[in-house]
Amino acid sequence: MSENLPATIDSGGTLALPSGVSELPDRAPRLGVFTRPGESKGWRSWVTTVDHKRIGIMYGAMALFFFIIGGSEALLIRAQLWAPRQQLLSADVYNQVYTMHGTTMVFLVVMPIGAAFANYLMPLQIGARDVAFPRINAFSFWCFAAGGLFLNTSWFLGGGADGGWFMYAPNSGVIYSPTHGIDFWNLGLIITGIASLSGAINLIVTVLNMRAPGMTLMKMPVFTWMTLVTQFLLLFAIPVLTVAQFLLMFDRLFDANFFNIDKGANPLLWEHLFWVFGHPEVYLMILPAFGLVSDMLPVFSRKPIFGYPFIVFSGVAIGFMGWGVWAHHMFVSGIGPVSVTVFSLTTMFIAVPTGVKILNWIATMWGGKLKFSTPMLFSIGLITMFTIGGLSGVTHAVAPADTQQTDTYYIVAHFHYVLFGGAFFGFMGGFYFYWPKAFGYLLNETLGKWNFWLMLLGFNLTFGPMHILGLQGMSRRVYTYDANYGFELWNKVSTVGAFTLATSIALFLFNIFYSRAKAKNLANPGPDPWDARTIEWMIPSPVPAYNFDPIPTVTHLDEFWYRKYGETEDGRLVRVAATEDVTQPVHDADVHLPAPSYWPVVTAVSLPIIGYGLIFSLWLCIIGGLVLIAGLYGWVTEPPDDPEATHGHAPGGHASGDGHDADLALRAGDPAAGSVDGVEADTDAGSEKEVTPVG
Amino acid sequence: MASTETPIAENPEAEPTTIPASAEFIPAPDPDVVHGGHGFATNTGISNTKLGMWLFLASECLLFGGLITTFLLYKLPAPGDGPAPQELYDIPFTSISSFVLLMSSLTMVLAVSAIERGDKQRFHTWIVGTALLGCVFIAGQAYEFQLFVSEGMGYTSSRASSAFYTLTGFHGVHVTLGIVMLVSLLLLSFRGHINRHKAETVEVVGLYWHFVDVVWILIFAIVYLIP
Repeated sequence: MSENLPATIDSGGTLALPSGVSELPDRAPRLGVFTRPGESKGWRSWVTTVDHKRIGIMYGAMALFFFIIGGSEALLIRAQLWAPRQQLLSADVYNQVYTMHGTTMVFLVVMPIGAAFANYLMPLQIGARDVAFPRINAFSFWCFAAGGLFLNTSWFLGGGADGGWFMYAPNSGVIYSPTHGIDFWNLGLIITGIASLSGAINLIVTVLNMRAPGMTLMKMPVFTWMTLVTQFLLLFAIPVLTVAQFLLMFDRLFDANFFNIDKGANPLLWEHLFWVFGHPEVYLMILPAFGLVSDMLPVFSRKPIFGYPFIVFSGVAIGFMGWGVWAHHMFVSGIGPVSVTVFSLTTMFIAVPTGVKILNWIATMWGGKLKFSTPMLFSIGLITMFTIGGLSGVTHAVAPADTQQTDTYYIVAHFHYVLFGGAFFGFMGGFYFYWPKAFGYLLNETLGKWNFWLMLLGFNLTFGPMHILGLQGMSRRVYTYDANYGFELWNKVSTVGAFTLATSIALFLFNIFYSRAKAKNLANPGPDPWDARTIEWMIPSPVPAYNFDPIPTVTHLDEFWYRKYGETEDGRLVRVAATEDVTQPVHDADVHLPAPSYWPVVTAVSLPIIGYGLIFSLWLCIIGGLVLIAGLYGWVTEPPDDPEATHGHAPGGHASGDGHDADLALRAGDPAAGSVDGVEADTDAGSEKEVTPVG
Repeated sequence: MASTETPIAENPEAEPTTIPASAEFIPAPDPDVVHGGHGFATNTGISNTKLGMWLFLASECLLFGGLITTFLLYKLPAPGDGPAPQELYDIPFTSISSFVLLMSSLTMVLAVSAIERGDKQRFHTWIVGTALLGCVFIAGQAYEFQLFVSEGMGYTSSRASSAFYTLTGFHGVHVTLGIVMLVSLLLLSFRGHINRHKAETVEVVGLYWHFVDVVWILIFAIVYLIP
């Protein structure tokens, strides 16, 4: 070797600019800007973290923050519709509120909660130390946060977007929406789109490349499978939305003619582009919740999931078929009888794999020893509520009926039943289920049950009556109604329901703090509070930074369960090992982990600056561009791994030859260098040393 | 085993089970880099970086798919909105610049092959060559754009002009980013950070470069050649 370089890992480099550069180890302040962050506590450790668990938690916290914003917007809508001819909100503000409510809930709540679970859980479920590209993972989170906050600053800078969450052309043009709201919407969602896209690449690579030894694809937990499908949907759906938003942005900011009717533009272009993204989008919002439920039901039924291959392949089938149904959103746009027929049929067909899942879940519970803990209640809530939403979805597939339902409250009822009754119930179950794993204490069960029943009640009171309102002919997105339309009663019921729902959410937030305060006097729930089945329950709660040590070798689906239980000859369940004997003890392993970095957050922060620049002054674009370039080059020239923290893990004669052993002693604090090397050697995140043949 | 120079052999703990049956997965055992980023130690046998790039390119297909579809929809301007792009094309000129871009794929392949052999001299030559060919293409595009504008087809003059400039402009930006990556590779190499064992980094940039070329073949055929 002519170059005398420290060992580096390349796995965290940008895709665009692969690195491999490493500074000489004795030059600590890199590029004269930042020293390498090393804190493990305090805000700085969170800003610079590349740990998938912390990033997952930040995704969740940020999404709950946006959930409160989006929920408040929903309450404003319901308060406005309480009585006929109310003037609580003007028509203009009402337009902004429902647009931002939909946008926030879809892009800043449901999608990121899915990302939160994917980030936190998926690496644990496959026995990995981290995701494939830890710094890109941090970048994804900061992009999401930056994009979401950027979007919401529009409230203070001239008003929110007002075109409805699907922003149909030509309504979204400058003529009909002269404020900057839609520009904020465009740019904010392009930024969160970058987050989704980079996250998708990261998570797919992680699932495909970094599974523990023995974990073939068909031994992966269902949630991991659904994450994989979801991320593929994102990978292909997001660029289509990005194209649509770029076109709209060029129209609005640079006078292009994509949606300019005067120049012969076709507004259907927007509808097609949007829904080619938009329908896969609805599946990628629901599938993570399906995955969570598929992992929770077996635990609380004490039975394996019924028909694992069917659950998996129906999820994959939904992923494929989700691309062939988009025009059912456009039955009344005049796309012609052939298209309508085709899309009617495909929409009916896609109900089949969804139905397969529901039957599988019911069969999982059938004959099981059911235990109705809060996560189980929410799972059953998902099955029932999603079934209602799924069935009303099938009624949209019938084009003549859909013609009557289009743009009425019936549609609003339908998609809240699938997104709230489906996705969000699943997420709530997931919160209760995985809370001890992430934070080391259980959420209070009594409050949890109140939370569930109140939510179920409030949810059905809010959205159930909307079916009736819709069939009575009440249009969505209209800011008020007349007294003699007969809409009054059900609107009142719905508003009461919305506030009940808000109470249940408040109860959940209260439960978090209440249980946390109570937990100080309680013992740690241990690795496995639910007698669970998958390998993430083998490691201590809360999960140590290095996850697994050692990485388990997987031989079964539900590996952990089969380490605890066996079967007698006549098929009865017997315990074969005590839980303590098969779980990972709490210990301080000195595991070499990817080093934290400032550059992902610097790079992400540049994007909203460019966004403001495009809207207000191109000078800001230059500043943002410079920050972006600085961020990228800082990132690329920073070794993904900290040479200060390394101990020359290049095996072989190299390490001993270049003075890294000094670093080793500095960092490891462990004089037994040999054993440290042994631990480190198979523990670097981003490097699964063991090869498992695929599938 | 123990006598070989590979890290795998010298530290069996580091690489317990991982020598794949086919040796192609180990292009050159790298004493510097033994991690998943480079490598052979993944479930699929494809390194994380390369798999990530393939996924990114798959996603890019949909981006260009959307833009090409938009162009096809708006191929002709509405009556009275100025000239159609089809009336202004200079096919021989664009053919030559397309040929230039295609040749840059060849030089890119040669650059990858040179660095895999550890021939840094030739690697530098071919990377510079690739970047220059890319620049020639971009210059040709800039010339073409200003010619079209001077002939009355501005960005805002018709639906067809907006679609044309947006599609070809997105592609131009992709080529430009590719050139930036090539120059970055060159700078890294001058500072001694690219060597035989980093050949995969070059290869991953190469994947991107070839993808951008392939997209141009499609654009050239669909936008320029098909009447």
